Amino acid sequence: MALDIRTPIGFLFAILGVLLLGYGLATLGSSSYEKSLGINVNVWWGAVLFVFGGVMLWLGRRGRP
Amino acid sequence: MDSIRLLPIDYVILTVYFVFVLGIGWALRRYQKTSEDFFLSGRSIPAWVAGLAFLSANLGAQEVIGMAASGAKYGIATSHFYWVGAIPAMVFVGVFMMPFYYGSRARSVPEYLKLRFDEKTRGFNAISFAAMTVFSSGISMYALASLFEVLLGWDFNFSIWVSGLIVLLYIYLGGLTSAIYNEVLQFFLIVLGFAPLVYLGLRDVGGWSGLTARLGEVATENGYAAGAWSDSWRHLTSPSANPMGVEWFGMVMGLGFVLSFGYWCTDFLVVQRAMAAHSMAAARRTPLIAAVPKMLFPFLVIVPGMIAIALVQTGGGGFQLPANPDGSLNYNMVIPQMLAHYFPPGLLGLGLTALMASFMSGMAGNVTAFNTVWTYDIYQSYIKKDGSDRHYLWVGRMTTIFGILASVGTAYLATRFNNIMDFLQLVFAFVNAPLFATFLLGMFWKRATGHGAFLGLACGTLAAALHHGLTLPSGALVGIKGGWLADTPVKLYPSEMAQNFWTAIWAWTACFLVTIAVSLITRQKKSDEELKGLVYALTPREREEHLPWWKTAEGLGVLVLLLAVVLNVVFW
Repeated sequence: MALDIRTPIGFLFAILGVLLLGYGLATLGSSSYEKSLGINVNVWWGAVLFVFGGVMLWLGRRGRP
Repeated sequence: MDSIRLLPIDYVILTVYFVFVLGIGWALRRYQKTSEDFFLSGRSIPAWVAGLAFLSANLGAQEVIGMAASGAKYGIATSHFYWVGAIPAMVFVGVFMMPFYYGSRARSVPEYLKLRFDEKTRGFNAISFAAMTVFSSGISMYALASLFEVLLGWDFNFSIWVSGLIVLLYIYLGGLTSAIYNEVLQFFLIVLGFAPLVYLGLRDVGGWSGLTARLGEVATENGYAAGAWSDSWRHLTSPSANPMGVEWFGMVMGLGFVLSFGYWCTDFLVVQRAMAAHSMAAARRTPLIAAVPKMLFPFLVIVPGMIAIALVQTGGGGFQLPANPDGSLNYNMVIPQMLAHYFPPGLLGLGLTALMASFMSGMAGNVTAFNTVWTYDIYQSYIKKDGSDRHYLWVGRMTTIFGILASVGTAYLATRFNNIMDFLQLVFAFVNAPLFATFLLGMFWKRATGHGAFLGLACGTLAAALHHGLTLPSGALVGIKGGWLADTPVKLYPSEMAQNFWTAIWAWTACFLVTIAVSLITRQKKSDEELKGLVYALTPREREEHLPWWKTAEGLGVLVLLLAVVLNVVFW
């Protein structure tokens, strides 16, 4: 196919990762993290999503798995 | 219950997702030149993409919400719907059936029936399937709109029309490819959106050992042995020993054989994804690749249910489930309530996006299957036989609009007449139950005839209805639950699930026997030449020797089955 699906997936998760990470850093120590057992899940999970997005983009650029 | 207040960050995340969903449709619009591009992605999809779409098309919200609900109600035994009720059938369709689906160049499952049997068998399957897909898509829409209404206070009409419009746009523009690509995206969103929920939940209840200890309390409080919620097989010796109310034979035969093979091996909704693969080898690998994540899904969707019931019944953290009007717990709220309980703003947006994605993949899967069956099997067969390819491409797009509108209609119908919905669901279950017998005989017994297949299907459907009408789950009222044919039910089942499994077993057996009997007394109208590529004995075996073993369907199939056995043993 002309469009490699890994590229849009990579972009989506990289963007979502940046959004969560940024929001998490901006709300460090906020009481809203009592919900998530005191863990700032936005920072951690944002980083995971960002890395996942990056890997997808890299795979998409390489062309074949 | 409280509704959730979303912050701007949550809306931003949701919006980014919608932009991508529509963007993919937009980017694919110029590749839709022929009807095969639109309905079958031009048979060009790589195996891993088709595999994830195969899984995702089935991963509608009913799956996510329903499996979490069952996890709370029945515990880890719900995993039978995966490790027994899906994996073996997925291996079977990849290894044994795909050569005939893909090799015959049929464009849909009903079309295979036409090539193998005759027009009336195809018509029966095509019409019931088309009706069922519109119905399921409408139910998905209804569920989405009602959930977002209670959860977020969104207007019901708004949710219906917006979700319908988005699915319509991306399918209208990009056809099946767009649906498949979005399903892959949705797959990752669902996994990455719900994984933190499992992590936080498990951490909260004290890890796996903490969870099993709490579930032991849940089980004994409800009058079962301590492991009833945390062992999958040990308590299936008798229906009264487990909360599902089933015993191992009904489970293995009813769910593991009839229902599961009937769904995974004959339902065009999933088979279409494999038919879109770029080669025979890729088509055969599609369900096998899907089987690997499928096997792990219990940890993502069932475990949250188990955590929820453990928290509700043993106390802790103030987690609660809302009650139904009759006082019982509303298990369908497990996932939404867990999201609200554990996810802070930001991650909550991601979780809700994942939930939204699961609703939309369920809808899109049904709509793409519907427009193909409608265009090829109904319109091209009965209404206009000799149109140009461009005409059928146009019909496909129009059918997409019609399919979405019909789904919207169904969704509104569901708000007013819940009984009609239950009734329709029951009728579809009757029609579907015997299907696998027809395909099994069609593919592996060359003597099976068109009359045999048609009468077999009709009798199987009738047998399902009769069995349902003559039996009743204990404690249920006569009516939609069964027992409507006899003053006193011939058999009382310990649970609705047990009744369902046995309805399926009876339907399958009736279809199997009637098809054989009628085939033997009718003439085979198809010559051996016509059946080449459609029946096992008349199809030359394709060798896949140039592929490494882990890329062949057989090698991958054995590996997948071994993994499933390991999981069953570990959680015995």
